[in-house]
Amino acid sequence: MCKKAALSRGVCAQVRAGPVFSATATRLTHTVEPDAFIELDKVSFAYGSRRILDGVSLRIARGKLAAIMGGSGSGKTTLLRLISGQVKPDSGRVWVDGQDVAKLNTAGLYAMRRRMGMLFQFGALFTDLSVQDNVAFPLREHTGLPDTMIRDLVLMKLQAVGLRGAAGLMPAELSGGMARRVALARAIALDPDLMLYDEPFTGLDPIALGTIAALIKRLNDALGATAVMVTHDVHVSLNVVDEVYFVADGKIVASGTPDQVRHSADPFVRQFVDGQPDGPVRLHYPAEDYASQLGLGGRHG
Amino acid sequence: MKRATIDLWVGIFAALGCAAVLFLALKTANLTVGSGSNGTYSLYAEFDNIGGLKVKAPVKMAGVVVGRVTDIRLDNKSFRARATLEMDKQYQFSRDVSAEILTSGLLGEQYIGLLQGGDPDNLAAGDTIKLTSSALVLEQLIGKFMLNAAEKPAAPADSH
Amino acid sequence: MADSSSRNLFAAFGHRLIEAVWKLGFVCRFFAAILRDSGASLRRFPLVIREIYFAGVLSMIIIVVSGMFVGMVLGLQGYSTLVRFGSADALGALVALSLLRELGPVLAALLFASRSGSAITAEIGLMKATEQLDAMAVMAVNPIARVVAPRFWAGVLSMPVLAAIFNVMGIFGGYFVGVTLIGLDHGTFWSQMQNAVDWHTDIVNGLIKSLVFGAAVSLIAVFEGFDAKPTAEGVSSATTRTVVTSALTILALDFVLTAFMF
Repeated sequence: MCKKAALSRGVCAQVRAGPVFSATATRLTHTVEPDAFIELDKVSFAYGSRRILDGVSLRIARGKLAAIMGGSGSGKTTLLRLISGQVKPDSGRVWVDGQDVAKLNTAGLYAMRRRMGMLFQFGALFTDLSVQDNVAFPLREHTGLPDTMIRDLVLMKLQAVGLRGAAGLMPAELSGGMARRVALARAIALDPDLMLYDEPFTGLDPIALGTIAALIKRLNDALGATAVMVTHDVHVSLNVVDEVYFVADGKIVASGTPDQVRHSADPFVRQFVDGQPDGPVRLHYPAEDYASQLGLGGRHG
Repeated sequence: MKRATIDLWVGIFAALGCAAVLFLALKTANLTVGSGSNGTYSLYAEFDNIGGLKVKAPVKMAGVVVGRVTDIRLDNKSFRARATLEMDKQYQFSRDVSAEILTSGLLGEQYIGLLQGGDPDNLAAGDTIKLTSSALVLEQLIGKFMLNAAEKPAAPADSH
Repeated sequence: MADSSSRNLFAAFGHRLIEAVWKLGFVCRFFAAILRDSGASLRRFPLVIREIYFAGVLSMIIIVVSGMFVGMVLGLQGYSTLVRFGSADALGALVALSLLRELGPVLAALLFASRSGSAITAEIGLMKATEQLDAMAVMAVNPIARVVAPRFWAGVLSMPVLAAIFNVMGIFGGYFVGVTLIGLDHGTFWSQMQNAVDWHTDIVNGLIKSLVFGAAVSLIAVFEGFDAKPTAEGVSSATTRTVVTSALTILALDFVLTAFMF
């Protein structure tokens, strides 16, 4: 049922047989990619008593750019944090390139993260370092390269995002879009196998937004990296990604390719894509009966 | 570039800190005489009463500090106070040197004053100073004075 | 009614108590983590030097000026008290002992907490709020080793230096008032001081005090920053907490240390 990759409501139940990376594992998409780079299996997660994720399963194939969409507070960012090992699932498992993230010790987790780049919502540039020192940061921390070589690498990364001229600026002197691009350069500094994007389009003007989207696409193709993008910007991301997952109430409610999403009849997807105020996601916060709260009692029964 | 300026400032900071500690050590604590074992030797002196003498009090001869009191305890047999004096090695004293407990000013701190004797032989480390006189205890002094004053009025009474 | 409100009071009190104990436990674990990850950051000493610049060097102005004024006040107050007992000569001893034993370490630590401690909390809190700490962790760089430990050790190392500078400036301040303004004898001032001050009991113990205070203030500052709610409001209340908690901790520790030392 998963094989046809139809846009189906509810969690696509995956029956995993044998080790994760055996090529015989069930395929989610119609592509020829043989193995999954990221796989979540019935992952649940809660902050205290607040349930964030409830039995989420998904697979993202190597080299694919996947988007996770959903309303604010639907648990999208938590998914990224699970993949990067910043939080551990309460139940279920998260595999990244064959490794169970929750079972890694600190050294193993850090080794995995060296192959990972992450673009944070507002860039998260180090405010006390200049642009070039920001981009050089992972190189200085993880490679023993000489300063001149690091400088050249930094200039190459900055050139890739079009900000070679801004190398000497401080983060406070950058616009939002430029900061996001510097952060992107920093995230790709170590040529990662896995890129994570946390709301890369939030708070950008249309031009900067288009630039970032194009850069993400181009860099991802150039790196050949697997990428997961958490976003609620439907239209821009549909042009960029290979597949889309919709998250609501801690569950994956729909998934498919951008084309399938555009033509989906699913009410949730329609509401999300068309931006309708009311639908499966209610406009009103749960409340007691309106009439009775206004004191117009006696008529509700 | 920036790293170097910071290094400079931190260097200045550290140097100032060392200078401050050095200043405190030399200028306020006078870490030169009577500290540690370099260039000092021990003498002992027994007193009937040391008054308010404290450990670390200076030992002076002719007003010059020549050592410090490092220990004061009661001798269990003689029931006198036994003071340990840490003396500067460059000063030697004759065997019949005398020690007395003096007060600098009326209410000032007490110290040990040494008076050189005439013996050609000098005291060796670990020797005890034999000739000592005790501290003036103010209460005893006042008591004596009161006694004198009580006796005196009797005489003028006779002359009447 | 009264019963339920008093029960609420007890419940609120108990809740706060549990919170406090919980936090204390977390502080201990955090401290252990700092010590565990210190090796890496101390081997990269330029990181610590950078923080010494921000925590120590930039606090020097306030330390120098305050030390000077505290010494001058001690000189004036000490003189007006001592002169009644005819022992104005002991002014040097009074100024030096008050500074070395108590005022130097304590006041320098209080100033350090409000100048550098609050800055450290705000800086780390802001790094947390803007996801810089998360970004670091995702780049496989341990934020405790890279951000927290250097700031902690910089504070520990800076504090005794600042206290020593504070003491020297205070003694100069006392000297200025006693000798230059009031006209006490210059030699008496120093010799009385030298007779009263002992290297070990007064100076070394004072420096040990400031080392302990430095560790306490730095730990509180980095902890409050690290534990701050990642919002502007959370950072500002964490900064306030750093100053208040540091001040109380310094004074309480001072009592304990004084009881042990002197």
